[in-house]
Amino acid sequence: MDQQFIIYKTVLALSIMLISLLVAMYSTLAERKLAAFFQDRLGPDRAGPFGLLQPLADGVKLFFKEEFMPASANKFLYILGPSITMLVALLTSAVIPWGDSLTINGQTYRVQVADVNIGILYVFAVVSVGVYGIMIGGWASNNKYALLGAIRAASQMISYELAMGLSIIAVIMMSGTLSLQEIVDQQKGFNWNVWYQPLGFIIFLICALAECNRAPFDLPECETELVGGYHTEYSSMKLGFYLFAEYINMFISAAIISALYFGGYHFPFEDSLGLSANMLTIVGMVVFFIKITFFGFVFMWIRWTLPRFRYDQLMGLGWKKLIPLAIFNMVITGLIVRLLN
Amino acid sequence: MDNSNVQSLSGRSKVVSDKKLSFVERLYLPAIFKGMVITLKHLLKRKATIRYPETKREFSDIYRGRHVLKRDDQGRERCTACGLCAVACPAEAITMVAAERKAGEEHLYREEKYAEKYEINMLRCIFCGLCEEACPKESIFLTTEIVKSDFLRDRFIYGKDMLVEPIDKPIDISKRQTPAVLAFKKEKNRKHND
Repeated sequence: MDQQFIIYKTVLALSIMLISLLVAMYSTLAERKLAAFFQDRLGPDRAGPFGLLQPLADGVKLFFKEEFMPASANKFLYILGPSITMLVALLTSAVIPWGDSLTINGQTYRVQVADVNIGILYVFAVVSVGVYGIMIGGWASNNKYALLGAIRAASQMISYELAMGLSIIAVIMMSGTLSLQEIVDQQKGFNWNVWYQPLGFIIFLICALAECNRAPFDLPECETELVGGYHTEYSSMKLGFYLFAEYINMFISAAIISALYFGGYHFPFEDSLGLSANMLTIVGMVVFFIKITFFGFVFMWIRWTLPRFRYDQLMGLGWKKLIPLAIFNMVITGLIVRLLN
Repeated sequence: MDNSNVQSLSGRSKVVSDKKLSFVERLYLPAIFKGMVITLKHLLKRKATIRYPETKREFSDIYRGRHVLKRDDQGRERCTACGLCAVACPAEAITMVAAERKAGEEHLYREEKYAEKYEINMLRCIFCGLCEEACPKESIFLTTEIVKSDFLRDRFIYGKDMLVEPIDKPIDISKRQTPAVLAFKKEKNRKHND
């Protein structure tokens, strides 16, 4: 391993982490702005031009809030909860291929922190750990609402992970690889997976909403029933971590959706533009971010359109509709793949 | 009861039924897309918010906002502390103390009697405009200005310092005097209508 390689990877990892945080910051603003616009309002516009400094103001507010811990809470677990959630949210970004490859000083690097050959499994494994953050936080608060929220979150995430995994298996069967980089590269140009896996895409999208605890699946938090759900007892920056992790998760989900089904950094007619390899990679990265932004918008769009599910409806949808559909999708894909080869 | 021949007056009412949902309806996705199109339309709609301190809601010319005590064209206070406004006030918001004009104060007060103290409690005031109607001296008027918010109740009792119009900045109330009002006031043909 030469020095340049280490520097490149360090810079990349740090910048991706910072970008994730920045995107999460501005997602909160975008969420509030979009919520306002969907409701014929203007949203926050006092802090800076167009309210652009609002996330900073929110962050400062969270930092200066009283750090309150319930007397009966388990101190270690209480702090561990939001830490795990935040850590896990940031970990996922490591295997996402943000762009093709860059050539620096005659050496070619992929714009990806770690090209793990089981990338998609890694994402799954890490995301599954995320439920512990919520579980531990909710349990350690020693509060009924928090515990109920945590239990809801756990059962919801486990239920929807099944359908999500099954819908991804169809993609993996098509591409024959678990590496995200290869899955993306197989979708070169306009050869996107969504054309072959429309049903799988819809299942994945619904499950992604549920995994991120976003409306209409925001039962773990649901303010109207459970005060604040698993983070009822949290305040100050620990609460900030939970809220922040939600937005990072959303960003990562949007990235994975665009990587799995919408060709990641590939875009139509990329070869006929006549750009140099480095230029093409940069344009690809921009395209990838546009796709991510679009899906982030869709997430918010859905949130401000649909009301929350009832709990039995949520479970019914997950177990009785999405899982059979995903299995059906998987079997059909398997048959077609088998027949074509 | 059969309501099928009852006509909808607004044309907006919809017949609701609990018939079994068809397959497409049970999928819910089309309905969700329909809902998303509706919210998307709202995204592009004109916003109802008014950015308050910078832009203000337009008031009608005869909006009943905070009061002003007018001066006449020579800058003398018109109010003679007759107390008719206080009597007319249904909220008992107006109080005043009358005083006699001294020699040499003719440039300050229009008549021999004037209001030494004149207070309106803006928290009691219901902005009905009866004081304006009752005033025989064309002195008190409501304006299109609003009463500013504050933290202390004391500061809502507006004295003469707040109410009397500044000499250098006369407040235009001509738009409040609609032709009907002017005709009515002329008809009375009294001295104070000059």
